[in-house]
Amino acid sequence: MLIPPPHNHPAPPGEPRLSLSNITKRYPGVVANADVSLTVMPGEIHAVLGENGAGKSTLMKVIYGSIQADEGEIQWNGRQIVIPNPAAARKLGIGMVFQHFSLFETLTVTENIALALDEPFDLAALAERVKIVSEKYGLPLDPHRLVHSLSVGERQRVEIVRCLLQDPQLLILDEPTSVLTPQAVRKLFETLRQLASEGVSLLYISHKLHEIQELCDSATVMRGGRVTGHCKPAEESPASMARMMIGRDLPVCVAPEYTGSVGTSLEVRNLSLESPDPFGVSLKDVNLRVARGEVVGIAGISGNGQAELLAALSGEQTVGKGAILLDGVDVGQLNAGQRRDKGLGFVPEERLGRGAVPNMPLSWNAMLTAHRQPEMRKYTLLDFAAARDFAKRCIERFDVRCNGEQSVARSLSGGNLQKFIVGREIMQAPKVMVIAQPTWGVDVGASAFLRQTILDISRSGVGVLVISEELDELFEISDRIAVLAGGRLSEAVPKEQTDVERIGLLMVRNTEQEAA
Amino acid sequence: MQLLEPRATPSKLMQWAAPPIAICLTLVVGAVLFWSLGVSPPKAFYVFFIEPLETSNGWSELVLKASPLILIAQGLALGFRARIYNIGAEGQLLMGAIFASAVAIWTDGSTAWWVLPAMVLAGALGGGLWGALPAWLKTHFNAEETLTTLMLTYVATFFLSWLVSVPWRDPGGSNFPQSIMFGDAALFTPLFEGLRINTSVYITIAAVVIFQIFVSRSFTAFQLAVGGQAPAAARYAGFSARKAVWLSLIISGLTAGIAGAGEVAGPIGQLTLSLSPGYGYAAIIVAWVGRLHPLGIVLSGFLMAMIYIGGDAGQVSLQLPSAITGLFQGMLLFFLLGADAFVNYRIKRRKVVQLNKVAA
Repeated sequence: MLIPPPHNHPAPPGEPRLSLSNITKRYPGVVANADVSLTVMPGEIHAVLGENGAGKSTLMKVIYGSIQADEGEIQWNGRQIVIPNPAAARKLGIGMVFQHFSLFETLTVTENIALALDEPFDLAALAERVKIVSEKYGLPLDPHRLVHSLSVGERQRVEIVRCLLQDPQLLILDEPTSVLTPQAVRKLFETLRQLASEGVSLLYISHKLHEIQELCDSATVMRGGRVTGHCKPAEESPASMARMMIGRDLPVCVAPEYTGSVGTSLEVRNLSLESPDPFGVSLKDVNLRVARGEVVGIAGISGNGQAELLAALSGEQTVGKGAILLDGVDVGQLNAGQRRDKGLGFVPEERLGRGAVPNMPLSWNAMLTAHRQPEMRKYTLLDFAAARDFAKRCIERFDVRCNGEQSVARSLSGGNLQKFIVGREIMQAPKVMVIAQPTWGVDVGASAFLRQTILDISRSGVGVLVISEELDELFEISDRIAVLAGGRLSEAVPKEQTDVERIGLLMVRNTEQEAA
Repeated sequence: MQLLEPRATPSKLMQWAAPPIAICLTLVVGAVLFWSLGVSPPKAFYVFFIEPLETSNGWSELVLKASPLILIAQGLALGFRARIYNIGAEGQLLMGAIFASAVAIWTDGSTAWWVLPAMVLAGALGGGLWGALPAWLKTHFNAEETLTTLMLTYVATFFLSWLVSVPWRDPGGSNFPQSIMFGDAALFTPLFEGLRINTSVYITIAAVVIFQIFVSRSFTAFQLAVGGQAPAAARYAGFSARKAVWLSLIISGLTAGIAGAGEVAGPIGQLTLSLSPGYGYAAIIVAWVGRLHPLGIVLSGFLMAMIYIGGDAGQVSLQLPSAITGLFQGMLLFFLLGADAFVNYRIKRRKVVQLNKVAA
């Protein structure tokens, strides 16, 4: 076993900080990385660009030592090495900021950081160091605050500071901006540039083209586990990078005018709701109106009342009389099934385990909500032939790639399962559709299809409400956009009258009001 | 060193191969066990599994024991699919037996046709109530049903013990803790002259048919299965979790209660302390070995009945300890759970590691 060199061991001049050659990692039924090579120089900000499932995360786990490659070599500062585990990676000077934070809500910032340290420490001195490092890099943090009281952006700072305390030579960031407001993204980029100017190498994983163009010196593009190209983002256009990433041109959506009958489809009136989760966000006086034929988008970072609002809309959580009206009918006290009877279609953000039962075949999953369709019942018993037929039609109409209607839900990719769930809800001819994170974890091609589908059903006279973290997506498909922050919903404004900047400000302002 | 790795999708083959594998392993270890007890394994297996079936009485006893096991396991399996773990079927069986006996004792001397049906209904009621109690505790106080159902079994045992010792003790029974012998109107009719097998097996046959249709085609069973596999999906679809708890525990209590009535109105013919040789517990194993499938349970019920009968035969002809029955039951469950791991996992294949390790 290799004994890692002291972590301040400098690279010989001109030598890459990290060089991967021909990394291959196989999982049962899938090759996650095939023959991947990549080189990062000291002080370089290197993007790893690819869709979900392209193999980016697997590659980063190999570098961070969480998993071992089946084949290939890793060179660190000119020496060939084996990284058996994350502790060894940290000793070498490799830090990683994960997409999903691993923080304890009931501990303070310093205590959380202390938990990740491999060497002995003194809590008071550590708090002081946290303060100094966080200020130096423009990541202000109070070391004594409890994590549950921090915003998502602040939590990410804890993760970054935790890495910085170990003087990393290479910092890996996995989709770091997915939870940040546009303003916070800019701040983060300043910090990252400062780190790079001090010689720290950065591996920046993302599927957002404009961010990579703005921040990164060079990029490695992956598709289907393989490297499809290396480029300098500054010399490329988003379209050319997209082609490398998805293998063809970026599809665009069309939003025709709505010409059908007018009227209110979904209305939320003065909805206040105490969250049952002690760390949840309570809804405060939420008002919202969705008309027939329009798409209303709700922007905001998850954890600002999104889960609570969705549960209240779907009926998984019942609310007071008159708080939610569906096509003019009060449904506040009806449960999820009863609201579906009244014409609600709902697509939750978790597809496996909520929108679909993982180990049940698609035909049974069709029945999960479509059992109320008359053709599904025969003498009060379920008609499985009808369910198979329903699933077959859904698969065909919504281009769900799978091994037929008998394949289990969990065998489908995220995008295809999402197409199935969206299709299942649409085929029941809803009057109102509520869709959460429609393209979360979905590849670009399927995303475009889903967005177009959402636009199309709205133009057929359905009122559609979309809750999403992706601002670009909301601007593409919404007619009006509101912001949910700190449990308060801003007024929905026509998208022509607002922009990313203003929406970003609303995300912050509402939260600040909350803190005040 | 990790020996197992997750499969991409659960193995359908292993799902059905696990019970036969568990049975084979049980037999292999059983053979070693017999050998170490100084009994030749072929002879022991002959006494255990072949000899009892060489007589019509053996077949009668087999069906007589399989019948309550299958009946109870049908109800339990329904709850297990919904991940509601009633492990107190033994207590529900005893309560069913007590309720049924109450009818028999209070109508003693009557020859009315309705006595037996009333006993079966009373048994269902008693078992159902004993299942409803944990359901109430679960839905109102979130009390874990695995604990409450098990603890209520002890309550039922002591209640039975008090009944047969004090109020219902047979005055002419020379102080044995047992009730009077029931009259003919309170007993199932034997199917064949001289054999103990009786008409109560028709109840089990009907139950298998009803459960097969119910499980495979009813909306309620679908809701229960969704609730068991993905609670969030059940909430999303608007299926009530409370209803699932009530239904599972009451139905499994009900079948156990009917089985209890079948015992006192069948081979035993009175209320006694030892009216069940652990049918309520063995039925848990029957349900799992039968893959929670109504027809699979029929097969596993017969297997479990074999183990009971073989255990008795082993005691008589080979002087083996009575614990042998429990050992076989335990091994069967143990190996089944072990084999079940391979439904979702498989043994890691060796692969060539090409990473060059370089000394520092």
